[in-house]
Amino acid sequence: MSDVTKEQLLDFYKTMLTIRKFEDKAAELFAAGRLPGFVHLYSGEEAVATGVCASLTNKDYITSTHRGHGHLIAKGGQVDKMMAELFAKVTGYCKGRGGSMHIADVDLGILGANGIVGAGQPIAVGAAFANQYLKNDAVSVCFFGDAASNRGTFHEALNLASVWKLPVIFVCENNRFGISMNQKDHMNIVDVSQRAISYGIPGITIDGNDVAAVYETAKDAISRARKGEGPSLIECKTWRHYGHFQGDAGLYKDAQEQEEWLKKDPILKLEDKLKVLKFAKDTELKEIQEQIQGQIDAAVAFAENSPEPSPEDVLADVYAP
Amino acid sequence: MKKMTYAEAIRDGMRVEMQRDANVYIAGEDVGKFGGCFGVTAGLFDEFPGRVLDTPISETAIVGHAVGAAAAGLRPVVEIMFIDFMGVCMDELFNQAAKMRYMFGGKAKVPMVVRTPCGGGMTASAQHSQCIEAWFTHIPGIKTIMPSTPADAKGLMAAAIRDDNPVMYIEHKQLLAMSGEVPEGEYVIPLGKADIKRAGSDVTIVAWSWMLHKALAAADQLAKEGISAEVVDLRTLVPLDKECILQSVAKTNRLVVVNEAVRTSGFAGEIAAIVVEEGFDLLDAPIVRVTALDIPVPFNAKLEAVYLPNETKIIAAVKSLF
Repeated sequence: MSDVTKEQLLDFYKTMLTIRKFEDKAAELFAAGRLPGFVHLYSGEEAVATGVCASLTNKDYITSTHRGHGHLIAKGGQVDKMMAELFAKVTGYCKGRGGSMHIADVDLGILGANGIVGAGQPIAVGAAFANQYLKNDAVSVCFFGDAASNRGTFHEALNLASVWKLPVIFVCENNRFGISMNQKDHMNIVDVSQRAISYGIPGITIDGNDVAAVYETAKDAISRARKGEGPSLIECKTWRHYGHFQGDAGLYKDAQEQEEWLKKDPILKLEDKLKVLKFAKDTELKEIQEQIQGQIDAAVAFAENSPEPSPEDVLADVYAP
Repeated sequence: MKKMTYAEAIRDGMRVEMQRDANVYIAGEDVGKFGGCFGVTAGLFDEFPGRVLDTPISETAIVGHAVGAAAAGLRPVVEIMFIDFMGVCMDELFNQAAKMRYMFGGKAKVPMVVRTPCGGGMTASAQHSQCIEAWFTHIPGIKTIMPSTPADAKGLMAAAIRDDNPVMYIEHKQLLAMSGEVPEGEYVIPLGKADIKRAGSDVTIVAWSWMLHKALAAADQLAKEGISAEVVDLRTLVPLDKECILQSVAKTNRLVVVNEAVRTSGFAGEIAAIVVEEGFDLLDAPIVRVTALDIPVPFNAKLEAVYLPNETKIIAAVKSLF
């Protein structure tokens, strides 16, 4: 913990708050019927994406999930282009062709959010293979949920990554639910990190709501991968504040448990830490909050004022020339 | 020109492309020292150290990793030992590779080749004999190639590897040992160009892959009986050379389509639909499809012979038009 500086913690705070405010706004817009499609919110899990991506550059790749907004923001995605994509506008990351579940920017190393649970796992392995083949010192990070570790893609991806000793870090965001199904009903182990044993790679379980812990753990795994020491699996225990998708009230969650986890909100935790360490006063945090709210509001205005894609372009980009 | 087998021509196509582009690599089950289940990659493991990789029996990881590697700048050529195994890794191909570019607003490219052998006639039964090319032609974003001769196999392999899109390169097990003259060195056949393998004036027979040879044999027999058949080899199904088909039908006014796949929802139906929509006035007779039966491929050789299209069935189909 001691390695994390004031500047880093404040950076983490800004990133986490950007994610939270983006998601709060998306929830509000969706409830008001102003966003098409599906929206899966990352609120409550911000410390994971933020802590992991802090050690990545644009040369490093990530694969994301249907719950991808947080990963994209933490990896450097611009909130205006993301919001425009949620609105299906031509100024969005995918020109309005992908939507929330498919936002990507290969230049930023983002190989896409994904509408198929577990599909990012072999893709991240392939990007890691490219890094190894091209000897460019870059790594790949694969984000996925507890339920995605039940898929066959998980097994095949981790096995191949291990056999080929690839620079890839598998980050399991264990938010305890696969849609409505509690982890205790969808697997017979408590810690997903135990699955690493089957592949002969390191596996560790950490508090996914402690951004400093996520940062330190991921930094070590990323550094090992860069040195050619192979893949690892990090399980971050966390909690999704909302339901599976916006509109799911999450009635399958235990009310008391929900309340306890809300008290462990990663952003509240970080605010406490910043204040205890005297890195920031309430007034300074408030200033940051207002500044970020301004960015999110500007992103919504940008999205709303942007044109829709032209029907004449509907056939473009099916194939590369 | 050099005489080589279809398998050697595929290998030569890969070899030449690997020599000219260091980002081309091969991965798949037993493709390394073992040289591939059908020997297609034999010798490449030693010739290109570190660029011919054996994988676990893990089709999802083979195709899935290729998607990521291609998006990250490499040009993977992966082998799926039998096309029948594509069901194991279909999401990686049809929801990931095929859709990435479009979904991402044109910002990604996925230059990958999936090599895989199809086809029956080997008493390999229901899970090792199928022709499922229509699965891939039904998915926008993928190109589908089915060469029928050694020279085409080489030239189309070069084009597949150089293409910036996911390409299904479908070989045929019956053709691997077939010999033919093949151009040496760099040789590229553009995708989307059909080839008239035999000129004729009375009927057009459209075929591809192994069935092209059945069509040619039928055309030989028909010629003896006074019917001049033009045999069009599609070579690539997507993109499709519609012009070549329509021009041939404009000349002959009759069309038979031969497809080794089962009949229902097969690619022969697509050809027939296109010609009816765009060339109805050219036709003097109904279009006839010669296809396999709508059943799983049977093991017993006599049953499999009933299942498969053959020269006799093609000849009968052609004669029914006169």
